[in-house]
This record gives sequence, C-alpha cells and structure tokens, in this order.
Amino acid sequence: MTSDTKPRPGRVSWERLRKGADKLTTPLLPDDYLTLLNPLWSSRELRGRVEEVIPETDDAATLVIRPGWGWRYDHRPGQYVGIGVEIEGKFHWRSYSVSSPPRRSGRNLAITVRAMPEGFLSTHLVNGLEPGTIVRLATPNGDFVLPDPPPARSLFLVGGSGITPVMSMLRTLDRRGTMGDVVLHYSSTTPERMIFRAELEDLHAKHPGLTVHQWFSDEQGIFSLGDLDQTVPDWRERETWACGPAPMLDAVESHWDQAGLEEQLHVERFSLQVGTDGGEGGTITFQNSGRQAEADGATTVLEAGEQAGVGMPYGCRVGICHTCTVTKISGTVRDLRNGDEYDQPNEQVQTCVTVPVGPCTLNI
Amino acid sequence: MAIADVKEYCHLTEADVEAIGRELDSIRERVEAARGAEDAAYIRRVIRTQRWMAAAARIGMIVSSPLEPKYRRPILAASSISLGLAKILENMEIGHNVMHGQWDWMNDPEIHSSSWEWDTGQPAEQWKHSHNYIHHQFTNVLGFDNDIGYGVLRMAREQRWHPHYLGQPIYNALLAGLFQWGVALHDLDLEAIRKGKKDPVEMKRQLKQIARKGRNQIFKDYVLYPALSGKQWKSTLKANAAANLMRNVWSYLIIFCGHFPDGALHFTEEELEDETRAEWYLRQILGTANFEGSTLLHIMSGNLGYQIEHHLFPDLVSNHYGEISPEVRALCDKYQIPYTTGPLYKQYGQVLRTIHKLSLPNRFTKDDRPPTGEGVTIEQHERVRHEDTHDRRPELGGWSRSKADARA
Repeated sequence: MTSDTKPRPGRVSWERLRKGADKLTTPLLPDDYLTLLNPLWSSRELRGRVEEVIPETDDAATLVIRPGWGWRYDHRPGQYVGIGVEIEGKFHWRSYSVSSPPRRSGRNLAITVRAMPEGFLSTHLVNGLEPGTIVRLATPNGDFVLPDPPPARSLFLVGGSGITPVMSMLRTLDRRGTMGDVVLHYSSTTPERMIFRAELEDLHAKHPGLTVHQWFSDEQGIFSLGDLDQTVPDWRERETWACGPAPMLDAVESHWDQAGLEEQLHVERFSLQVGTDGGEGGTITFQNSGRQAEADGATTVLEAGEQAGVGMPYGCRVGICHTCTVTKISGTVRDLRNGDEYDQPNEQVQTCVTVPVGPCTLNI
Repeated sequence: MAIADVKEYCHLTEADVEAIGRELDSIRERVEAARGAEDAAYIRRVIRTQRWMAAAARIGMIVSSPLEPKYRRPILAASSISLGLAKILENMEIGHNVMHGQWDWMNDPEIHSSSWEWDTGQPAEQWKHSHNYIHHQFTNVLGFDNDIGYGVLRMAREQRWHPHYLGQPIYNALLAGLFQWGVALHDLDLEAIRKGKKDPVEMKRQLKQIARKGRNQIFKDYVLYPALSGKQWKSTLKANAAANLMRNVWSYLIIFCGHFPDGALHFTEEELEDETRAEWYLRQILGTANFEGSTLLHIMSGNLGYQIEHHLFPDLVSNHYGEISPEVRALCDKYQIPYTTGPLYKQYGQVLRTIHKLSLPNRFTKDDRPPTGEGVTIEQHERVRHEDTHDRRPELGGWSRSKADARA
C-alpha cells in the first residue's frame, strides 16, 4: 500500500481507488478518514512521522522522518524541504537541507538541524522533538544542487551547519560511485561541534579522490580566503559550492567576483534573512497572478493587491470575517490592530488588516 | 442617527460606549493570548470524534444489512442517530466555527477557514459571504441582513404584511425540515432576484456551484450508501433521510434562537452611519440572544448558545465563549445594557410566537419586542449592497477565489 506503485494493466491502482472513493466521503476526502487509522495515510497535505532523533553533536541532531503518502523521493542532492512543527497548538515552518541522498526506493528522509541560540524552532527540533511526532512537509526546493553528471573537479566550502546540503551531495556521489576529484574545505569552531566528522573521514578513506580539509576556527582563527591558493591551489579550475554563515558567503562571493569566476560559484544562504530594521512597507509579489505592488506602511496588503489588479478575496475589510485570508509564502507582515508580526513562511494572513514589512510573497 | 440613539443606549455617554469597547477589546486580547495546545487538542478531538461517529454510522448501516431484523433494526437506528449527531457536530461546532476563522491561528492548512468545506448543501464560499460578512457585519439591520426571515418568513413587524404570510406556520415547518437547502440558497439573495437586481452572471455561477455541491451531497446519502446496502437500500435511505432531518431541525432551532427571541432588536440603515467599532459591539449585544444549557448542549449547538459572545468575537475560538460569558454579562449589567438569555425552550417559544403573530397584519397583534422606531417599514430601506456604495473594480471578484476565473 504505497502511493507510488505503478498501476499494472488490469489492476485498479490504490491511488485511483482512493480518489474514486471521495464520492463516499464528500465534502471530505477519503484521506481525512484514513488518517484516523494512521496519520501518514493522507496525501491531502504532505506529512511525515519523526522516526528517530540522532544526536550529531551537542547542539545538532539528525531527524529521520518517514514521509506519508504523496511524497516523492526525488529531491535533488542539495535541496531543502519545508518542515512544519506544531508548538503550543500552532504550526511553525522552517526550511532545512535534506542530508540524506535521494533514493527512489527510500522510506525515510533525513534533515540535520543545529540549534541556534536565537532559533526557537531549531532548538525545539534538536531538543524537544519526540520520535512519533507528526510533522508537516513541503516539497523539496532550491537551486543549490549537484548537476548530473557531476563536474570532474569540484570544491565545497562549508562553514558550520552549512554541511547539510553538501552532505547530501557527497552521499549521492558516494552511492553512485561518481566521486571524482572533490575537495571539501570545512570549518567549524571546534572538532566536537563538527557535524558528520566521523562519516567524512570514512568517506575519505573509501574515496581517495575526496580530500577533506578540517579547519577549527577557535584554534586557528577565521579561515582567510587569501590562503586558498596554498590549501587548494587549483580552486580556480573547480566548480564551487559554498554554504555557511552570511559573512563567510559574502566573503566568498566577493573573492570569486574579483577572480572573475562568479559563473563557477553556487551559494546557499541558509541563515535567516534579517528583516529591515523598523522600516515598514515593501514590495508584495502576488505569485499566481504574476503581479507586484509597492506598499507603504499604511497600505494594507489587500489594498495594494487591489490596486495592482489582483483578484483579492475580501469581505468586511475590518478583520472580522476572514474572507480575505491568503497564504503568505515568505516575508513579514504586521497586523495593524495590535502590531503583531507574522514572519513565518507559508502562513495564513488576513490581508485587510496587515501591512508588509519588507518584501513578501503571497500565494494568489 | 447612530446606534447610540437607540433607546436602549440613550443613557450611555460617548465615553461610556468607548469604555465598553475597550473592555471588550481587552477580553478579546486575553483570549487570543491564552490560545494554545489545549485548544488545538480540543478542536482535533471534536473533529476526530465527529469523523468516527460518521464512519461508524455508515459502516453500521452497510454491515447490518444482511442481518435478521431483530439485530438489524437497532443497529440501523443507532447508525442513523450517530450520523445525525455527526452532521450536527460537523455543521455547528466544527464547520461554522472553522469557516469563521476561529482556528486559523493554528496555521494548520487542514483546519482553516480558506479551505474548509462542510457537510451541507451550501458551498462554503457562499456561506462565508452571506454569513461571515453580510450577517455578521449588518446584524439585524432591516433590508441588509438576510437572516431576518431568510427571505421566506416575516420576522419583523417592519416587513409589510401580505396575505401569503398567513401560511407562515407551514413555511416555518418546511424551512425547519429542509433547512440545509434553505441555507444553500441563502447567498443567492432571493429578494434581489425577485426584484431583478441580481447580476445574472453571478447568479449563474452561484447556482452552478450549489448544484455541484448539492448533487454530491444527495448522491452520497440517497444513492451511493443505499446502493452499498444491497437489498436493504430502502432502510439506509430512510436512515440517512432521518439523519439529515435531525440535523436540519436542530440547526434551524439553534439559529432561530440567536436573533428572534423578544429581546433581540432590529436596526435601521441610519443607525449604521459612521458606526465605530465600539458601536458595532453594542449593536451585536442588542441584536442577539443567548440560551442556557449544559456543556454538551453548547457543544452540540456550536457554542451558539453564547450567540452574544460569538457575535462580539466571531473569530475567537468557540470553546472559550462559555468562560467569557459571565464577564460580558457583568459588563452589560454595569452599563445597564440588556443581555438577553433564557432556557432554550423559552427562547424558542418566543420565536414561535413571533412567527405566528406576524403571519397576521400588525393591527391584530401586539409587539413583544421593543419597537425599532415610529412608523419604520422595511420598504423604506431599499437594500443597498455594501459593494455598490464602495468603489470596486469589476476584476476584483469579491468574496471568492474562483470568481475571477469564472468571469474571465
């Protein structure tokens, strides 16, 4: 009973049977009743069950998640997934890189999370998540991916938990036996905090083509890109992937720019984008209608949408009826009534009483 | 004229009105801040219970069909009751409240006002317009709020009498029995159609939507499940009809007790002018009636026994209405504002009396509720649609996501 079995001739597929059964359950879906038996038996929303929480370091853990129906194990190595976790009755969403390699026959999905001091969700994921918890998932996304076939020579520049998408790539190269000539320059504050350290050493032992440079910034200081010429003399000839904290990525980008090699660089900014300080207003992108609107801090999202000619749903226009609610994919909006800010991705917002704070994107 | 000119409020100063508004706002803020895991667990528990009841009922009818009558009949009766209760729970405590956005704070896409579809003839999208917007914004305003008599009954003395209202007791019984279909036609606005004011494109779109939803509902209860019961198809059909009737009569009863008992006032368009948020609160209190009962009764009526609290805070989680009700009542006492409540039988008794009295011309009966004003008639108040008086571009669809596509 898996959702991705191919229908054989002369046999009604499970998927089709389930779809046909919705005449019995209308206006709900059969999935709404099947989840009474097993919470994963629904493809209405992507779900997963946390099977295991494996501690990697003191402050990082790998979550092994068993996705429910509707999940396709076809993420590209390096992509991230959205994960929605219920805390105090409310779903909070974040995106994390998948650290497991894609596998058509796979049953599980792994993401590795480091608890950030200010990140209340990451702390919850690392320390507070019980195996058996049902989480929501969003489909894999992102352009920070390994091409197939991989380049002959590649370089990965990694800082801290930026290792997770790179790990997915390295595991893929390992599994497919296409490792080639790979250099990983991986910096961490201390050896204890270095996620996947043992596994990387094993990979190196298995694939002589993989060189791992470990850099410990507490002892050695911040790695200077000027030293790259000594560490990786042929870095200019390598396709490069960089993932880590924002200051590191800024430095990498300008270094590659100066060398005129920006074409060879792929960057993943996994840290949260810092919102504009106190400034209100911003550009609203209406994803499905392909329009944009500039709004100042006094123009509601609804008004901005209407001015841009988007068919915004609306009702009472004073925050009572919720007719105007749409999904905000990214960005922050502020509720004019009480100043509350909504900064979660994939959040439902009442457009008639909210104003944008910085750029945001709506699913309409 | 504004709400403050209504007799029941004349003793209040402008400062009083604003103070009441602030106190109500603070109740709202407190409940919003207190919402958490327990509330999420509550609504999930209600939904799970409701789905098990419905599933058990459907399965009960099918598996009992080959049994001997002495086993089959009790199972069938229990299944029918279970299905009726499940439909009541779905429509009242779950569907109505979810579509109000009471649970949107959970950010759960499966329990959300934008995606919920309920087990009744009315498409959710039309309900959200006619109920959440029209009825809750213009509560009891003559000529605006279609809930005054649902375009079928004469529920206000201000509505002009016509001989066909002599049949009102019969229409009332029919409306109770067929309530889900009455509600299904609600957003069509029968009165506007009668007067030829309805946009024909919009009407066609709405009718199509109702037909699609209604067809699925009827097919499920009266074709598919009876067919699955084989030779006993007739019993299953009857059991399903009984469950629907049970839900219809119950939801009719609860809804009619919200705004038609004697204490609930009607308002005129003039009273809406320049209405502030605090004045809107006052109008909700004065236009609405509660009823008393046990916790179970309140859950089975979607907590609409706390109709006043619901009208003050339509998008606050329903399981908190009971706990804030004493505070709202104390506030009303403090400012000497009527807070209408009573046992369910008494409230419905008053509704029934009004229905019968108003089947006759006004001169034969005495008014039981405070009058709206000297010589006010509903005909003076040509229905003005809010969207007609506000700038709105045609491409802006309105209440629905699908409307823009339908028109394109």
